[in-house]
Amino acid sequence: MAILVDKKTRVLVQGITGREGRARAKLMKGYGTNVVAGVTPGKGGMEVEGVPVFDSVYEAIETVGEIDASAVFVPAPFVKAAALEAIDAGVKLLLLVPDRVPIHDTLEIASHADRKRAKFVGPNTLGVLSPGKAVLGMIGGRPETAKKWFNIGDIGVSSRSGGITSAISYYISRAGFGLSTIVHVGGDVVVGLPHPEIMKLFEKDADTKMVVMFGEIGTTQEERVAEMMKKGELTKPLVAFIGGKAAKEGTRFSHAGAIVEGGRGSYASKVRTLKEAGAYIAESLMEIPKIVAEVRKEHKF
Amino acid sequence: MARLYEYQSKEILRKSGIKIPEGMVVISPEEAKEAAKKIGCPVVLKIQVWAKGRAEIGGVKFAETPEEAKRTASELLGMEVKNFRVEKLLVEKKLDVERELFAGIIIDDYAKKPMLIFSSIGGMGIEEIAKEHPEAIVTHRIDVLEGFPEYKARELLGKLKFKGRTLVKLSGTLSKLYKAFRKSDARVAEINPLAITKEGDLFALDCHITIDDYAVYRHPEFGIEIAREFDRPPTELEKIAYKVEEKDYRGTFYFFQMVKSPIPKEKYIGFHGAGGGGSMMSMDAVLSRGFKTANFTDTSGNPPASKVYRAAKIILSQPGIIGYFASGSGVASQEQFNSARGLVKAFMEEKLDIPAVLRLGGNYEEKAIEILEAFSKFIPAKIEGYGRDDPPEFCAERLANLIKEGKTKVHKVRKIQDYTPPKGEYSFKTLTGKVSIDHRACANCTTQACVPACTYEVLKIRDGKPVLAISEEDAGKGKCTECLACELACFLHGEKAIHIYLPIPGLKEYREKLAREE
Ligand code: SF4
Ligand code: SF4
Repeated sequence: MAILVDKKTRVLVQGITGREGRARAKLMKGYGTNVVAGVTPGKGGMEVEGVPVFDSVYEAIETVGEIDASAVFVPAPFVKAAALEAIDAGVKLLLLVPDRVPIHDTLEIASHADRKRAKFVGPNTLGVLSPGKAVLGMIGGRPETAKKWFNIGDIGVSSRSGGITSAISYYISRAGFGLSTIVHVGGDVVVGLPHPEIMKLFEKDADTKMVVMFGEIGTTQEERVAEMMKKGELTKPLVAFIGGKAAKEGTRFSHAGAIVEGGRGSYASKVRTLKEAGAYIAESLMEIPKIVAEVRKEHKF
Repeated sequence: MARLYEYQSKEILRKSGIKIPEGMVVISPEEAKEAAKKIGCPVVLKIQVWAKGRAEIGGVKFAETPEEAKRTASELLGMEVKNFRVEKLLVEKKLDVERELFAGIIIDDYAKKPMLIFSSIGGMGIEEIAKEHPEAIVTHRIDVLEGFPEYKARELLGKLKFKGRTLVKLSGTLSKLYKAFRKSDARVAEINPLAITKEGDLFALDCHITIDDYAVYRHPEFGIEIAREFDRPPTELEKIAYKVEEKDYRGTFYFFQMVKSPIPKEKYIGFHGAGGGGSMMSMDAVLSRGFKTANFTDTSGNPPASKVYRAAKIILSQPGIIGYFASGSGVASQEQFNSARGLVKAFMEEKLDIPAVLRLGGNYEEKAIEILEAFSKFIPAKIEGYGRDDPPEFCAERLANLIKEGKTKVHKVRKIQDYTPPKGEYSFKTLTGKVSIDHRACANCTTQACVPACTYEVLKIRDGKPVLAISEEDAGKGKCTECLACELACFLHGEKAIHIYLPIPGLKEYREKLAREE
């Protein structure tokens, strides 16, 4: 099963003729993703990596049939327009890759998505990858590396940092375990599917037995996951690692979206609430595979 | 979040139709006197800095006469807040306040909506109000597609028992505040206190707005120098770094100085991260080994080699650092050979004098480490490259050892030589610089290694010499990705004929100034 993306997901690439869109269309196809169409206004009729390009999302759907997910690679100032177009055309899952999308644009995208019951991952995301099935976005960089780094298995990964998504998943694979789906929720303060939403999906997913989460200082995503555990909405074992222990308050670390706002969202608050809720806390990235092994033993996975 | 000064924030409010006290910005005691005369005493003088709690540090003073305003201004203008001198004051009419309220809008990340916070008690911090008078506060999440018309504000205020003229005025103000918040792409817009005067008028006495970094490009009117979270004005080096980022949309480059001038005794290192999460993890690793980081730098999002090169040059413009640490998540999706090439070029030019540990794990890491190894013999100091299987803790330990063993203990910043094109130059413009090839040297070349090195097929051989294989226009628009492969290949296998010139405006002057100050 996996979450968000699998072999059958019919994928559209918006901005497919640009530098990033082109490179990532190649990655996605090479990995096995079912990329059925691309859109770049004004470039309809072209082909990129064997994928037909259309002038609009509407036209793409008219021609190739239903689209399940759209990966958006247009420059940040145009993300809102691209996203609204896809939502309007009835696409139910969007992946907003670009960094530096204005937060008010994200708010508008969110309101539109709400009305049309569409979901979005990102902005500022590396993407979603279900090992052995499909990748949406740019995790892994190239098909060869993506295949080599990530084993198929039953551990879900949800992370607020792109690099760490890959790192955790690679180290888990290297330790001999495998992954159901790995998700970079996005580095921005407002993202379409924050950790708690991803946890809901993992909880329902038959392929996922346990979850590893990478959190960061700022926002209340991790605290909310802890609440879910207390309420019994997340029953699968959770290993959590929170970055930014050494970060001083008020310092913002680039697009990590890591802002310490008063007591809320601090390293201490996240670790404490997660511990209380029964999560296994890793002190360093390298400790994760070891804790995963212990948890699996304890739960007889 | 880019902060605005109080006077700028108030200008936004004024334009949205919210009343603010009559006032003027001044930069000298004389001007303060004039302003006080014009506005009419009593006046209040407020320092314009990006800090909360100005009253507690003595940054808000009253004056009964223009003369007093002048005296007070000269005191205030000499103040230092967080190491920076106060340069501007806001002189405003002092109003007869009957009651103080609070109105603010922030973004609720979880609801994905702006959230209005209103309190019938104001003047103190909203956290305190929430603690001591929770009953005074109402909140409301606003759907951006619906907006916040006055009737919604009235519904909300009705809960706090506001009536009559005050109710009407207040709801108008809240609705206008929301519009200002949206229009200015704000992350936070706060009026505290929002005052009701003896005459029954509403005035924004103090106001604090921060703008979304990512939307600053839509607002040239705010004159924001660096669209980033700073609680102090940016340093000169930060401004230089920001210009690099501004001009090159490929990937991200972030540079932040943690200390003005690193003291070697305190073991400062130059830090070069990649990606938010990985950078923080890497920083933890060096900090926990007793080092301090002079700066925080992040190059990520698949930046070209030229950007990494510029980042390294800027990091190495900090005298007093004792090591260089580059490390990201370890399993990066970006093409790591770009980082390797950028670093190597910078280290060779700078004749690197302090040890460097470069953890370049991820996509193409083998190639990246190969590059580091091939060039390490041309770099005076020790450099070591590591990949995804080497944890940051291990790499930080390696750096500690290299620093212990190293000959040079403290980094000296070199002067930047002017670029003079060679006589036989063949050149073409790139997106942010220029590729210059000395065709005279090429005559002796047996390898012509530059052409195969350029995987983007920008170069070809014509009459035994490398020239553009594409149009000059295409090369300048980004077809030449500034990957630096041709220059480095020519350095190793050719006649050292290629120089890719990548200027960093202001850096030369900055370094000269450093030398003078020494
Ligand atoms: S490798 Fe260098 S010297 Fe040889 S042809 Fe190319 S640019 Fe000229
Ligand atoms: S000419 Fe080719 S090898 Fe040289 S910098 Fe440009 S793209 Fe790279």
